[in-house]
Amino acid sequence: MTRITGALRSPVTFSVLAGVVIGALFLVGTGADPISAYGAVISGSLGSDGIGSTLSTTTSVLGMALALAIPLRAGLINLGGDGQLVLGGIAAAVTGLYSPLPAPLTVVLALLAGMAAGAGYAALAALCENHLGVPLLVSSLLLSYPASSLASYLVRYPLKEPGSSLPQTRQLPQGVALPAFGDSTVTVGLLLIVAAAAAYWFADSRTAVGYEIRMTGLNSRFAAYAGVERKGLTLKLMAVSGALAGLVGAIGVLSFPYRFLDGALTAPGYTWTGLTAALLAAAGPLGTVLASFFFAVLEVGGLSMERTTEVPRELTQVLQAIVIVFLAARLSFPDKWLRRSGRSERLRQKEAV
Amino acid sequence: MFFDSDLVMSALRALTPILLAALGGAICERAGVFNIGLEGMMLMGCFTAVTTSWFTGSPWLGVLAAALAAAAYSLILAVGTVTLRGDAVVLGIAMNLLAVGLTSFLLRTVFGVQGTFDDPSLAGLPLVGGFSPLAYVAWASVGVAALMLSRHVWGLRLRGVGEAPEAAATLGVSPAKYQYAAVLVSGVLCGLAGAQLALGNVTLFSENMTAGRGWIAVVAVMLGRALPLGVLLAALLFGLAEAAGFRLQGLGLPQQATDAAPYVVTLGALFLTTARRRRRTRPAGAVS
Repeated sequence: MTRITGALRSPVTFSVLAGVVIGALFLVGTGADPISAYGAVISGSLGSDGIGSTLSTTTSVLGMALALAIPLRAGLINLGGDGQLVLGGIAAAVTGLYSPLPAPLTVVLALLAGMAAGAGYAALAALCENHLGVPLLVSSLLLSYPASSLASYLVRYPLKEPGSSLPQTRQLPQGVALPAFGDSTVTVGLLLIVAAAAAYWFADSRTAVGYEIRMTGLNSRFAAYAGVERKGLTLKLMAVSGALAGLVGAIGVLSFPYRFLDGALTAPGYTWTGLTAALLAAAGPLGTVLASFFFAVLEVGGLSMERTTEVPRELTQVLQAIVIVFLAARLSFPDKWLRRSGRSERLRQKEAV
Repeated sequence: MFFDSDLVMSALRALTPILLAALGGAICERAGVFNIGLEGMMLMGCFTAVTTSWFTGSPWLGVLAAALAAAAYSLILAVGTVTLRGDAVVLGIAMNLLAVGLTSFLLRTVFGVQGTFDDPSLAGLPLVGGFSPLAYVAWASVGVAALMLSRHVWGLRLRGVGEAPEAAATLGVSPAKYQYAAVLVSGVLCGLAGAQLALGNVTLFSENMTAGRGWIAVVAVMLGRALPLGVLLAALLFGLAEAAGFRLQGLGLPQQATDAAPYVVTLGALFLTTARRRRRTRPAGAVS
């Protein structure tokens, strides 16, 4: 019982509810019926037509959410996901196109190349913070732009498909692709990302490293006093984070349409949706999985909402941001009531948890 | 000649939005509020400026509306961090995301288009002496901000609030009031920056048209150590990088290389200044 009331009181529940209510107001404002619009979101994303699309969106959103959650657990924010994602994608595409190995090995090699490219680039941002004193938040974000420009240049000139008017590479050779389930767009990539989530859960809750990371996130000074070496931790966490972002890019290239198309990886905004999911879950492993699935449902359902009610699907992006705005401001009814009625003792206990 | 008056002129034109936003960021920084929502506030300004100019036919009303709308939007940050003591970084990121979503959503509901709204009858700002009037506002704001912060009692109190809020409160200065004012001023300045982007050199609105300029402004605040003149120099550096990029594009360099130039230059400048500052002071591992 206390667990149920606790969950209802949590700022996360409150923020999500507030997002849904404000979204409903938007819907009413545009002359749509909120119930049928939200109904369309649910049926369009979880129904038999949409579930495949939801699961392949979940692959990318969860991948990017994990990439951002892992450093976030230690209080580090990696805003360079787009750059790491794109470099991972281009590295996978180059490997896929030019590797002399048989197709199955090439797929593995392309995934590894994508991870290595993402990891290396994210590590660069960590080095900027460690040795040049540029805050990670800023260095990771600023580094993201040249990476996107570089990828864009590569697919427009040296790697461009001959004869095509689109800025894209050639299609990967036959067989250089992640196996898909049935005739859906869901690939083995989903399993890889879920495995990564499971590994994160295990490391977070069962290992000493996970404990160090959480401790650093809660109180970095105390962690440093207790012997956690911050610079090394930043470098390692960023490398893991970038590797995951690169993996998402590689999965994107090794799935339909089996090539690197300029802007295709970043246009859906998985980096930002992933960041939103990670923030919503306070970077906890299970919460990140749930939040990513929730946002994937919103994103895919948004399309069917647009079809049935003519409300632009961008509304779902607004919903996501509103949830985080409320959460960041830590708005939640019971807390405010407690504070006002002066029962500060219970509040202090709650904050200590 | 690579460095000629044309290059300087286009650098000065490119710096206006960055300078306005960065001044806003600097004032917040001085009041002790870390504002990384500049990008989102600018974007709200862009959209409001275009919408108002379209419906009223007056770019000036567009500018006014942009300033008001961005100031109203900045209240999210003020209420969230000052009153509710939320996390400024998370809130700023959320505000940037919200602005992208909200403006794209409104672009489709108000104008029924996706991507870009561009209409020949949309009125832009006139040029005065080769510059948008907002460029003069930006330069004047540097002077006003510098004088206020160094000489005027409000500026001194604002800095006091930023440096030692408890001490300021003891002296009867309400930190919350000054922090709200600082955030609102940054909102107004970002709104003007957005109006300049959307009605200044070009006259259109496109999704996410700020394209990282708000983040460059955040960096300009760090580079310029939140001093108005320092911020001006940092914004000038960015303007030069952007202008030089265009020039190099004219000389045959691919667009992708020059697109990246401002970010690389900004990052490089950040390295150099922090490295020099570190050698001089040797702080005990503190990263602000």
